[in-house]
Parts: sequence; C-alpha cells; structure tokens
Amino acid sequence: MSARVGVVLFPGSNCEHDVVEAVETLGGEASLVWHGERDLGAFDAVVLPGGFAHGDYLRPGAIARFSPVMAAVASFARAGGPVVGICNGFQVLTEAHLLPGALQKNRGLTFLCQPAELEVVTGRSALTGGVAPGTRLVVPINHFEGNYTCDERTLAQLIDEDRIVLRYVDNPNGSVGDIAGITNDAGNVVGLMPHPERAVDPMSGSTDGAVLLSALIRAAGRAASPAPATAR
Amino acid sequence: MTRFEALVEVQLRPGIADPQGATIEKALPALGFDTISAVRSGKAFRLTVEAADEEAARTQVDELCRRFLTNPVIEDSIVTVSAP
Repeated sequence: MSARVGVVLFPGSNCEHDVVEAVETLGGEASLVWHGERDLGAFDAVVLPGGFAHGDYLRPGAIARFSPVMAAVASFARAGGPVVGICNGFQVLTEAHLLPGALQKNRGLTFLCQPAELEVVTGRSALTGGVAPGTRLVVPINHFEGNYTCDERTLAQLIDEDRIVLRYVDNPNGSVGDIAGITNDAGNVVGLMPHPERAVDPMSGSTDGAVLLSALIRAAGRAASPAPATAR
Repeated sequence: MTRFEALVEVQLRPGIADPQGATIEKALPALGFDTISAVRSGKAFRLTVEAADEEAARTQVDELCRRFLTNPVIEDSIVTVSAP
C-alpha cells in the first residue's frame, strides 16, 4: 500500500492541489482534508500547504491554529506521525507551538518569488531522511513573512540538537542563521518556507523538490507499517 | 459585573522588521516632514470586557494578548483599560 498523505485545506490555502499533484507524481496517495476535520487516522503523513489560511488575519497562522483539525495535527505529531508545514503551513506550525520561533517580514521590505538554492543540513527529519547533509537543492520561495526568527537560546538549541533542516545558500530574506526549514526534537514535524511541491515537474525548472517530498513519502511509508501512525 | 473598555496596542518588538513603518518613513521627506523619524507601525484593537473590577478586566485582556492577539516572539502589547 502506498503512503497516504493528508493535505489540509484551510479557507485561504492555495497550494493544496500542487501538493496533492506532487505527492501522486512521486508515487504516494494524497487527498485533501478540510480544516474542520477532527480525525487524521486515515493518513500516514500530513501536510499543511501554503497560502493565506483564514486570510492571514491578525498574523499568518494565528487563526488557523484554532481550526478543529489542528488538535488532530498535534495528536498526530505527538504520536510520531510525519507533519510538514510549507510556507504558510510553517507559519501555522509556529503559531500552534509545534515548532519554535516565528516568521517575521522579509528583510528588504519585499515579497519574494524566486528560485532559492538550499543546503540540506540534517538528514534526520521527515523531509530529509536518507538525504546527505550538504546536498544542494533549488526550490522556489514565495513569501512576505519568511524571515525566520527566534531567541538566541532557541537558535543555540536548534544548532546543538541538529534541528536545522535546510539553510539558504544566499540568504534572501534575513532569516536568522540562514534558516529555511527546521524540525522538532523528534524530527517528525518539519516547517520550511520553500515550496518543494513546485519543483517536481521538469516543466517547472527544477525537480529538486522531489528529493524532499520523496523522503516524506518514505517516512510516511515507515509510519504506515507495521503500526499505524496515529494512536487514538 | 461592570463593562470596561480596553484598548490593545500591538507593536513589533525592537529589532523586528517593519516594512510598513520603514516605507512610510521613506515617504516623509517628499511631504516635507523632515523632522519626523523612527516610524513604527502596529495594530490597535478596541474591545469591551465584563469584569468585577478594572484589575480583573486587565487580567483578562493581558491573557488574551499573551495567547492570541500577540505573538510574543515578535510582538509586545500595551493595554489601557477604562471604565466607560
């Protein structure tokens, strides 16, 4: 059975179909999950896609954190299930305290929509399992609030515990430590600003996103067998 | 119980990027405001609270700020509570 990936659809998400398409292209099964859903038992991995959940009112992710599905996402994550937040999904994960820190507005005052060269920092996350540290990937970014920030103690902890997943080779947004993506201490919850789902089809200019999403599908496959990912 | 009015001002913490404030500041010389600087943008919320007294009202609003209206990693708030 192929890995089943649930892609959460908040009101205002706009990258959910791209994620479904990318996962299916790479051999996984993917389906949309409405944000009112309270049960993620049917899935081996969960993706929070990019967009503007709940209009980004108040702050990106601030309202989405209270969507009914988020309690299920938290339980799924606690049970060790792979959870990936892309762009707005990363913002949602920080607001929900599933990942530390916050995303502030880009240094340089501009919305950024461009390819970004990334370096894989750790191979011990749901998105980089089996990928060699030092691997360079070109994946597009598309954000205004993508400038990752956290206090010095958190940054030291992320470095010491090998929880920085991806760094920008040429930092486009001012992110502390050139951070493009981080993970939790268990490695199963990952947030990143770049959009791997937009770099799977050769037509999009890079297929490097497939490296990351294939790792997620492998992690989901491991979660699927022998035991289900969710303890309910 | 008494109804109190509260004003919550949310501001970015020092050092946090504020493109809106910076952009407004850049426009000031064109308008002749040469003496104005250090522009920081923020948000304000007005709300009413029912509480036994002003201190209880403030406690509720402070909690609301901490849990929802601000992200303490990047924002601070100033709360003003007054009897209507």
